Amino acid sequence: MNKWSRRGFIGAGLLTGGALVVGVAIRPGNPIEKLKGDVAPGADEQLINAWVKIGPDHRITAIVPHCEMGQGAHTALAQMLAEELDADWADVSVMQAPANGAYVVPDAARAFVAAWSVDAPNWLEPTYNGLFTQISKLGDVMITGGSSSVRSTGQHTMRIAGAAARQMLIAAAAETWQVPAADITTENGKLVHKASGKSARFGDFAEAASKQAMPQTPPLKDAAAYKLIGKSVARLDIPAKVNGTAQFGIDAQIPGQKLVYAAVKAPPVPGAKVASMNADAARSMIGITKILNMKDFVAVVADSYWHAQQALNAIDISYTSTDGDALDSAGLGARFKKALDKAGDTGGKALADEGDAPAAFKAAAKQLKADYQVPFVAHAAMEPLNCTAWVRDGQCDIWTSTQVPLMARSAVAKALDLDHDRVTVHQLYLGGGFGRRLETDYTVQAARIAKDIGQPVKMIWSREEDIRQDFYRPADISRFSAGLDAKGKPISWNNAFTQLNDPAGAWDVAHYDIPNRLIRHAEADMHLRFGSLRSVDHSQQGFFIESFIDELAHEAGQDPFAYRRDLLGASPRHKAVLEQVARMANWGEKLPPQTARGIALVKSFGTIVAEIAEVDMRDGKPRVTKVWCCADAGYVVNPDGFAAQMEGGIIYGLTTALYSGITLTQGGVTQSNFHDYQMLRMPDAPEIKTSFINADSKTLGGAGEPGLPPIAPAVTNAIFAATGKRIRALPILQHFA
Amino acid sequence: MIQTTINGTPRQIDTDPGTPLLWVLREQLGLTGTKFGCGVAQCGACTIHLDGQPVRSCSTPASEAEGKKITTIEGLAGADGTPHPLQKAWVEAQVPQCGYCQSGQLMSAAALLRDTPRPSDAQINAAMAGNICRCGTYERIRKAIKAASGQTSVEG
Ligand code: FES
Ligand code: FES
Repeated sequence: MNKWSRRGFIGAGLLTGGALVVGVAIRPGNPIEKLKGDVAPGADEQLINAWVKIGPDHRITAIVPHCEMGQGAHTALAQMLAEELDADWADVSVMQAPANGAYVVPDAARAFVAAWSVDAPNWLEPTYNGLFTQISKLGDVMITGGSSSVRSTGQHTMRIAGAAARQMLIAAAAETWQVPAADITTENGKLVHKASGKSARFGDFAEAASKQAMPQTPPLKDAAAYKLIGKSVARLDIPAKVNGTAQFGIDAQIPGQKLVYAAVKAPPVPGAKVASMNADAARSMIGITKILNMKDFVAVVADSYWHAQQALNAIDISYTSTDGDALDSAGLGARFKKALDKAGDTGGKALADEGDAPAAFKAAAKQLKADYQVPFVAHAAMEPLNCTAWVRDGQCDIWTSTQVPLMARSAVAKALDLDHDRVTVHQLYLGGGFGRRLETDYTVQAARIAKDIGQPVKMIWSREEDIRQDFYRPADISRFSAGLDAKGKPISWNNAFTQLNDPAGAWDVAHYDIPNRLIRHAEADMHLRFGSLRSVDHSQQGFFIESFIDELAHEAGQDPFAYRRDLLGASPRHKAVLEQVARMANWGEKLPPQTARGIALVKSFGTIVAEIAEVDMRDGKPRVTKVWCCADAGYVVNPDGFAAQMEGGIIYGLTTALYSGITLTQGGVTQSNFHDYQMLRMPDAPEIKTSFINADSKTLGGAGEPGLPPIAPAVTNAIFAATGKRIRALPILQHFA
Repeated sequence: MIQTTINGTPRQIDTDPGTPLLWVLREQLGLTGTKFGCGVAQCGACTIHLDGQPVRSCSTPASEAEGKKITTIEGLAGADGTPHPLQKAWVEAQVPQCGYCQSGQLMSAAALLRDTPRPSDAQINAAMAGNICRCGTYERIRKAIKAASGQTSVEG
């Protein structure tokens, strides 16, 4: 166990003179509440987990403990804070909270919080990681909060920080002006006392406010009073992303240091090691500094990434053998089928068991059975994985794009046998995360190389390495049987599948009125390593469930929209979303020949999304031309940002549905780069129309992920409507080759 | 030594001639706005202009820059710093998400507009098909190109 020490926790220089800095109390229900007993047992002791700074220059800085990877979290969180503060949006900027316990430990901010007495900051690790993990899983914290920690950051934490700061500013002005605090109002970054005509900007009272007691439970606005929340404010990170100045992990520089570059290659089959290598040819190539056999990977260090990669390509590497060496995709499919066969109609681990599905199936007027299948999917974020590391004097600095900076710090500390506070993670923008950057494998690799060579090194993965060494969305098979009564209504739903990860309940169909339901996990080893990919289990479960429901509708001879709607009697919010998307698309209107529409409805991460896809089959293969999307995320913080996330989720899901299929050859991944692992491109991007329903301002749902799950089934359902061909295995285009 | 002009400034590049321009720009010259995405001319993240033509710098050896003019995203704005109309339209339409692909998208779009001031949808498709956006910003890119070429407002 690495020891935490208090050294280095103070003096980050972030708290400049005269600034007001506000911390936020834990709210009941926050998952970090359980840590409170360990570290802050007193009733008025507060853990701090987010901040706002107000400088004497009137600048308001929201210090956000979440990474920005395109989901707009930085802007939306600042927006929520500024709302409660009554800030002038033009004064607001965002700062990424350093991924370092140093800053998180609020010694410097202690003055603003009563009775702070925490010595061991180890609570921060899980807390921060929890936040980062959830954020990344949910994609977009802004609007989000599928989990309580995210809700806490946006809905509660940032808003409370803003509201508390506002009250402290008011209290300071009241003291100076000698007027009752209750008579002071705030607006657009100003404090106003109407009766006396006094007014001041926030910055004028920042220092005085910092000496005020921090209110522990400042009142928050009702949605009706929102001025900023609900507005499409422009994203703060966008200007730097159109002129080349935005700094991503791969752009890291270390002031005053010359970098060397590393290329790496790990064994193709999981579990294998480097057995031997012949690097004779590589050694004499240009610019090579060092060739390392790290056993679990080979690294070449050179004066440029290009030279390193060229030399790496010239090394002849052989690997140890493993049990999986002979496995191919067909073999894996057979393994999954075997697990399902073994589970039969009732075996496996029951996840839901309502009524008696097998008995109802036997008694049904009509019976249906189907197997659905999905392949592995790689994340393929545009920015290949990379990490810059420098190990010297018993410390390590890391510059990278990561969704889990503190987890990365722990992993590096462990790998190098350093104390946590000897490792610093410098966070840069992420060129996409989608769940891949929840892993710390690449940061540890870079740190190990840096330790070995003793100088700062930037390690970059080739795209080939990125595709072949992913943590994949699992391949899976899902087996269904269902029974309909004489009117076509489903009375039995029996489902088993082999892969079960996150989030809990992605397999659930309880929103549909189906009295007898049996849902089971028939576990089978998936061979490749699993990781969270945008919308995680929903990405396959949405396809499975919404395809099979569609089969039931057609079997019943009913319109797929009406069939679903009639099953949603007890789920009014689902129903409202479904009806709204049908209205948007004018569902049922006459379409040109060989053109048809499909519909699907999935709730994930707290947000209900219905989508309709229009598919044109005139070329003999599907072209998705239009998508309509309606979402109920509770309350949308930034409508344009929300729409962008729906668009992004739909395109990501469409790529997955149409093209993505990682297959196995001799235990390793077959695909390697964008020529054989294809992405949807501009000519095939559909027109997307999005709308949303604000049904509940108190409970926010996610934005980054929920757009994805309905698109695959909406498309395959449309293909069925156009052609009578039911696609039960993804990717779609393999059926039209 | 390779003689070239980069964003209006004459430069001498000292590199082995086979190294792709992408790495020379990023590692030697610190012009990190041009991005690495695939290394094999499949994604467009590394797009720059070589004598005005869009090229994939990951697959263009440095030797090909001899005597030519290179423009990167850092040089897309006017000499006085005025953003290119596409950069304005990009902000207006809130195009970028993660932003990683956007330098390449902008360079491809800028080459398109220079030759085809009012591109049709088909022309946009053809010019932009080589640029992948994993975040799925295609529709906004199309909108921004049309706005910058005066065909629509961003709202439209
Ligand atoms: S990096 Fe050059 S096209 Fe992908
Ligand atoms: S904006 Fe992220 S890849 Fe295009």
